[in-house]
Amino acid sequence: MRFERLEQFLDALMSSSISPTLLIASLMVASTPIMLAAIGELVVERAGVLNLGVEGMMITGAVCGFIVGVTTNSPAIGFLGAAAGGAILSMLFAVLTQLLLSNQVATGLALTLFGLGLSALMGQSWIGIKSPTLQRIDLGPLTDLPFVGRVIFGHDPMVYVALGIVAGVWAFFRFTRAGLIVRAVGENHDAAHALGYNVVLIRFLAIGFGGACAGLGGAYLSLVRVPQWTEGMTAGAGWIALAIVVFASWKPWRLLLGAWLFGGVTVLQLNLQAAGVAIPVEYLSMSPYIATIVVLVIMSAGRAPGSLGRTFHAST
Amino acid sequence: MTLKTILAGAALAAGLAGAAAAQDDPVTVGFVYVGPVGDGGWTYEHNQGRLAVEEHFGDAVETVFVESVPEGPDAVRVMQQMALNGADLIFTTSFGYMDQTIEVAEQFPDVKFEHATGYKRADNVSTYSARFYEGRAIQGHIAGSITESNIIGYIASFPIPEVIRGINSAYIHAKKVNPDVEFRIVWAYTWFDPAKEAEAATALIEQGADVILQHTDSTAPQAAAAEAGGVYTFGQASDMAEFAPMPRVSSIIDNWAPYYIDRVQAVIDGTWESQDVWHGIGEGMVGIGEITDAVPAEVKAEAEALRDSIAAGEYHPFTGPLNRADGSAWLAEGEVADDGTLLGMDFYVEGITAEIPQ
Repeated sequence: MRFERLEQFLDALMSSSISPTLLIASLMVASTPIMLAAIGELVVERAGVLNLGVEGMMITGAVCGFIVGVTTNSPAIGFLGAAAGGAILSMLFAVLTQLLLSNQVATGLALTLFGLGLSALMGQSWIGIKSPTLQRIDLGPLTDLPFVGRVIFGHDPMVYVALGIVAGVWAFFRFTRAGLIVRAVGENHDAAHALGYNVVLIRFLAIGFGGACAGLGGAYLSLVRVPQWTEGMTAGAGWIALAIVVFASWKPWRLLLGAWLFGGVTVLQLNLQAAGVAIPVEYLSMSPYIATIVVLVIMSAGRAPGSLGRTFHAST
Repeated sequence: MTLKTILAGAALAAGLAGAAAAQDDPVTVGFVYVGPVGDGGWTYEHNQGRLAVEEHFGDAVETVFVESVPEGPDAVRVMQQMALNGADLIFTTSFGYMDQTIEVAEQFPDVKFEHATGYKRADNVSTYSARFYEGRAIQGHIAGSITESNIIGYIASFPIPEVIRGINSAYIHAKKVNPDVEFRIVWAYTWFDPAKEAEAATALIEQGADVILQHTDSTAPQAAAAEAGGVYTFGQASDMAEFAPMPRVSSIIDNWAPYYIDRVQAVIDGTWESQDVWHGIGEGMVGIGEITDAVPAEVKAEAEALRDSIAAGEYHPFTGPLNRADGSAWLAEGEVADDGTLLGMDFYVEGITAEIPQ
């Protein structure tokens, strides 16, 4: 019985009914919002701050991006607005946790609830409007190439922006002095402070970057993926982003893999259902979560930044 | 301690004020919503019904609502608070409020309750629901007529009778006009998750579907179809007219307003009685959104004729001969399905090859 199912599964994969080209092209799109939110949170956590408000910043970014995008009729400016919205909301978290030394876990959860409520309020008169959306970029002959043309060169610009940010974060931590300082702050804030680095300022910047990235991720939903504003439209994507950061052991390339894996299995399971493969739907529905967790847990060898989630004050 | 006393006093005062207000005439109508009023689907349409009540009765009626009320003990407290504040009639608009509605109704025998989509009633509790499968029949007819690939995609939410009924109704009528038609069903296991719905629609389109029906609430599948081009969709719960004339070629609209106005009027007249209604197109509870010109004129005319004959009660979407998917006989020639079977429907009709998840 089991082998039968496996055979059917492989048949469906091999047969032309599921096109690998289209599958990979869809997974690139499906993983983009999670990837954006996760890479921002990765920087925040590498700086030693645990911000559980990703979902709240995403949804706020989604509504800000939508309002700005529709008002200016330009999705590009919309994305800037989304980044600004997410960053501003994250500053609330920064002030509370870094200056007023509140508990990061509680403040982060509160930020999510606040973001959900705030976005609903802001979006009230924006329901049912269509937004301008990004066009796929057309690189002429490159886009016409078989397979790679559609998979690599046939997306909207935000897919490349997201990949660029991941690469940029990797290079930042690996090659730059500033990256080293952020990591030092995250590993041991007392030592970094003793060396003369302004721990609070650096964390403010990291939190702001995280908020901006989460905002971009949310706006990718409201401006490209859906593209409309509806309350609660992120539907838990922020929590998945948080989980991916942990399972990726705080490493950008693993995060990329985790986001693709999650997006890929999500898309694959829907394609298998649509192709009518006789695998129980219950297993298919849980497969993205299980596959992502299993692979990343097997791979994970890293450990959390030393000062993650700890409150810092110069006097201690 | 002091703070608590003050708060208690304030709450009591508010309650008294509410009760006092209720005594001088305006009938107070409460609404308990499961989602935010801005969900663009289920709760949005219930709220449109509330607004219609306000507009219809003007100063004679006052409405209150609480949104995003979880299905559990919170719902009890919300209903109790509404009743204490002088509500005369309370609409609880989600299946999951069933037991809570009955519980609070026992505590407040003078308050009338209306519970959506449930089956438990009492002297002061009515139930109401809509025959959405009638609208699905019209969608199926249009879908079967306009598809060129003969593959119709269906984004389903949860394997419950309501959803299965819709799939069957759409399939029967698509098959009737197009014997080669094939349904591809994707279970999203959500009522509302725009990103997932978009991905489901994309997957179906990649599998060759050129018509997408959805039983999830967001407009994301419409956007995915618009991006793909040449794919037809139907609005769900709301008209989703912003995607007309293509990809959205028609829609099912939940229209609660006439029923709500009717029931509020009954409370004002003192004629309200507990009842169980399951209204369809004929009573106006299920609306069919405008069929756009993207559909050939003769198909549009046929669909409208189908709509009118369902509305007039001349035709029932589940009319035999019909067999179950396992080949066993269900309805004989000319036989019409009874409401009991429809309400508990847990099987596909013959021709649908997929299996229903357990």
